[in-house]
Order: sequence, then structure tokens, then C-alpha cells
Amino acid sequence: MSNNEHSQFTENDFGGSINTDEILETFEFLDDWEDRYAFIIDLGKKLPTFPEEAKNEINLVHGCQSQVWLTHYLDQSTGKLHLLIDSDALIVRGLAAIVMASFNAKIPSEVLAVNIEAIFEKMDLIRHVSATRGNGLRSMVKKVQLIAQGIGS
Amino acid sequence: MNQQAVSKSAKSDTEQKVPFDIEKVRKDFPILDQEINGKPLIYLDNGASAQKPNAVIKAINDYYCQDNANVHRGAHTLGDRATAAFEGARERVREFINAASTKEIIWTSGTTEAINLVASGLTSTLKSGDEIIVSRIEHHANIVPWQMLAERTGATLKVIEINEAGELQEGAYEALLSEKTKVVAVTHVSNVLGTINPVKDMIEKAKSVGAITLIDGAQAVPHFMVDMQALDCDFYVFSSHKLFGPTGIGVLYGKESRLNALPPYQGGGEMIERVTFEKTTYNELPYKFEAGTPAISEAIGLAKAIDYFCQFDRADVEAHENSLMDYANSLVKTVPGMKVIGTAKNKVPVMSFMIEGLHPSDIGTLLDQQGIAIRTGNHCAMPLMDFYSLPGTARASFAFYNTKAEVETLFKGLEKIQRLFA
Repeated sequence: MSNNEHSQFTENDFGGSINTDEILETFEFLDDWEDRYAFIIDLGKKLPTFPEEAKNEINLVHGCQSQVWLTHYLDQSTGKLHLLIDSDALIVRGLAAIVMASFNAKIPSEVLAVNIEAIFEKMDLIRHVSATRGNGLRSMVKKVQLIAQGIGS
Repeated sequence: MNQQAVSKSAKSDTEQKVPFDIEKVRKDFPILDQEINGKPLIYLDNGASAQKPNAVIKAINDYYCQDNANVHRGAHTLGDRATAAFEGARERVREFINAASTKEIIWTSGTTEAINLVASGLTSTLKSGDEIIVSRIEHHANIVPWQMLAERTGATLKVIEINEAGELQEGAYEALLSEKTKVVAVTHVSNVLGTINPVKDMIEKAKSVGAITLIDGAQAVPHFMVDMQALDCDFYVFSSHKLFGPTGIGVLYGKESRLNALPPYQGGGEMIERVTFEKTTYNELPYKFEAGTPAISEAIGLAKAIDYFCQFDRADVEAHENSLMDYANSLVKTVPGMKVIGTAKNKVPVMSFMIEGLHPSDIGTLLDQQGIAIRTGNHCAMPLMDFYSLPGTARASFAFYNTKAEVETLFKGLEKIQRLFA
């Protein structure tokens, strides 16, 4: 990959200023479902651009009703794992943003230490949608964890 | 609706029908009286599985409280009662579809198993060069078993293509039919689009080339009466759970001669006449295809569901269902960017749709927040999704217990989703 392509992975705020603490804090103030989903969907709109050529079979996350693609880049100089996720569904893209906020720009051991279930628990909405077959949230998380395990071993 | 397939048996003509009163009917379905996400449940996923009236739930409960025992063993009173109820259920199904004999009613686990049973049984009948005709609007259950049969035998699968409205293309079926055609397997009603296929005419044409016909009636029987004598197909299959009965049971209707020509599907108890280690002889119809202890309470529940379904005057029920569809169609224009997929002239009350800027899964999740249950996805009909170049659709499928007020709430919900999120 060229340096330019790596910048797609590294030049975004996910795992930095867009993190789960900040998301949870905002989420707590939202009372009705309209605002909560609007917030989730807006988070999805902040996702970095996913390269069209990387929307291939290898990067497809299976077990989703919508199409979800996930790819990664390991920055050898920092040891940090960088992710890109995209979906053709608005809510799933929002869920992908939460996955990115949880795992992006961390070293593999930090990725594996994230208690994602606790984060889902705190977001009532996520707990609800994560139980729904086919939205791919669990599949995304599993894929990220497998990538981190693969690098760690 | 499809007048060809509508029949009234001599018995139902003379029976006293209960007037169709929607408010009373809704009270018969206890599940409908609840809130989902703080809103009254609006259940519009009837094409996936329909809800059960109290009469069905009570029949199953009564069976387990009073009569439960294995059937066809004959050693005690409970066994006799269970057998009488179980075989009575078979007779109820025979009457419902106007089959010639209860020997022609085989219990299966559902539509899918029924089709697999037939496709599996035809293995020695087909050979390389033979052709099996299906249509573009089939459910995977009426594609994959035939594909597997084709792989086993060297036969070829031929597909009747559709027009943009979701109807079989004029003349496409006739163009595929030939002396090579050995099986015609088509759906009576499309699960995605609601299209009613002209199956009576198709069966007649299949017969002219000597092909075996199987009709997938899973989406038809919840909406109109079917008559095996009028249709004259070789096989007709449907599931209980879409017909307001329990899950886990379905029906394979087959003409006696056709069923006799098929080998047994599974081996075990019930399906045998005599077993020795040298040679086993098989039981007669219908038991030849019913290995093991059957789904007894489910059969009894299905019979009760049919009683419930048939108590109303069909014309009243169909008029109500059509009014729901007409009302839904009239409201489509209130949702900017909404497009209905499947606009066949002859259809049951099913509406597949897309909204510009939203994925079907978004629509499903956001309607659920408003207490509205619909189906989203490819509906086990990927070849049909390919035809429309869609990743899936959102589908509202109506049953007779749905109301115009629910249709109105659905469209208000869709308008809200479109306005806030698309």
C-alpha cells in the first residue's frame, strides 16, 4: 500500500477524540428513540472513507443482513491497529462507528482488553439491536478481535 | 383474488358462517394485545409466520392436559384418543383442500420438508437431459431441492422469467415446456411480491407434456381456499404456521398414484409393515412417509386453525384483506422516495418496498422502535432480488386480523423515518 492509502487509516478521530466515553456521555442525554438513532446514524456519517476497491469478498463481514466491509492496517512504527469499516445501511454504519471508537488506533493487546459487552450494556439501544439477527455488530467485533489475536500471536 | 383457485366445498356452503367482525377477531389473538417499545404492537410479518388464535392454543393445551399418548399403538384409552384426534386432523386437512382421500395427506415438518421429500423421491425417475421448470419468484425452498435433484440426475433447471411488475412473463412458461420437461415446480403465491400465479392453467399445460407438477402453497392458503380437484396438480405443499397453526408441521398433498410411485423418504418406525434383517416391507399411504412419532399436538393445532380460518365467510375476509391492500397502495404517495416492488394485477395483501436513502434493515429497525413488525432482507429469494438489483426489500405482509388503522400507523411511521433519517 502507498502512504496515501495508509493515511485513510490513520487520519481520523476514531479511538482518539471520538471514543466510547464521549459517545456514552452524549447518549445518556438522549431520551427518545428518534434522537438516539439520529445520533447513531450521525456517528456513522463521520466514518472515514472506505476505498471502493477494498469492498471485496475478503473484507466482507459475513452474518449481516446489510453488506459490511472491514479492513485493517497495522502501523509497524507505533504497533497500533487501524481499522476501516463501512456498510450500505445507515444504522449498521453507526454501529460500525461505535466499533471503531472502541477499537481503533490501539495496540492489539489493548484491543483484546476492551470490554465491549460493558459498553453495549450501557447503551440500551445497542443492547437491543445487538440481539437482532443479522445486523452484524457481533460479527464485526469478532472479526476485529480475530485480527488482533492474529497479530499478537 | 385468483378466482381459479377459489372453491367452496359442499359442506362449507351449508355451514353457518360467523360474521367477520374485525374487533372480535382481534380479541381471538392474545399476542396482538401488547406494547412493543412503548407502542401498541402492529404485526405485519404474517408472511414469515402468522399469529395463533386462542382456539389453537387451547387445543394444544387440552391435548397435553387430557389426551397425550403415542398414536397408532392401540393399547390404551389415551392412545386411542390421541390417534382419533390426530387422524381427525388429517381428515380436516383433506376436507380443507378437497383432496380425494386422507391417504393423500402426508404430515411433514413444513413446506420445505414436503418439497425435499418429493424432490428426493424423484431421483430414480429423472435422467440426464430431463428438465425441471421453476420460476424466478420461487422461495429458496422451491429452488434448492430441485437444483440438488438436477445435480444427482444430470437434469437441467429451467427458469420462467418475470416482468417488472413481478408477474411471470407472458409465454415464457410455454416456451420452456417440452417433452423434456419432467417436473414443473412453481409457487402459487410469491412470498416477496404477493403475485398470484395462474397455476391452474400452468398445471394443465404441464400435463399436456406429461410433467409432474408441484405447487408451493405456503403463501396461498392463508389468503384463499384451494381445491385439489379443481387444480388437479400432482403435489401441493404448505406450512401450518403461516396458516395460524403451530410451527413444526406442514402438509404434503400428493395424488395417491404419485405418492405410491415415490420410495419412502426416511426409514424408521410407523412407516414399515414388517421388518426382518433380510427385508423390510413398507406401510401403506400415508404412513409410508411418516417415519417416527409424528407431530401430534401440532396436527391437532393445525386442524383447529383450519376450523378457525373456515368459520368466516371467505368473501368477507377477502374483501377486508383487499381493502387493507388498497388503502396501503393509496398511502404510498405520502412517503417521499417510497417505491413498491411487485405490482402484479393479481396479488395477495403483501407490500414489498424500498425508501430512497434507507437500507431495508434501517426501515425494519426504525419501525420496530414504533412497535411495528415487518420483514426485511432477501426473503429467501435471492434470484428475485438479483432480478430487481436490490440488496433486499422491506415487506409488510397483512393478515385478516390487521386493520386499516394499523395500515395508517405504518405509513405515518414510514413518513417519519423518511423525514428524520433518509
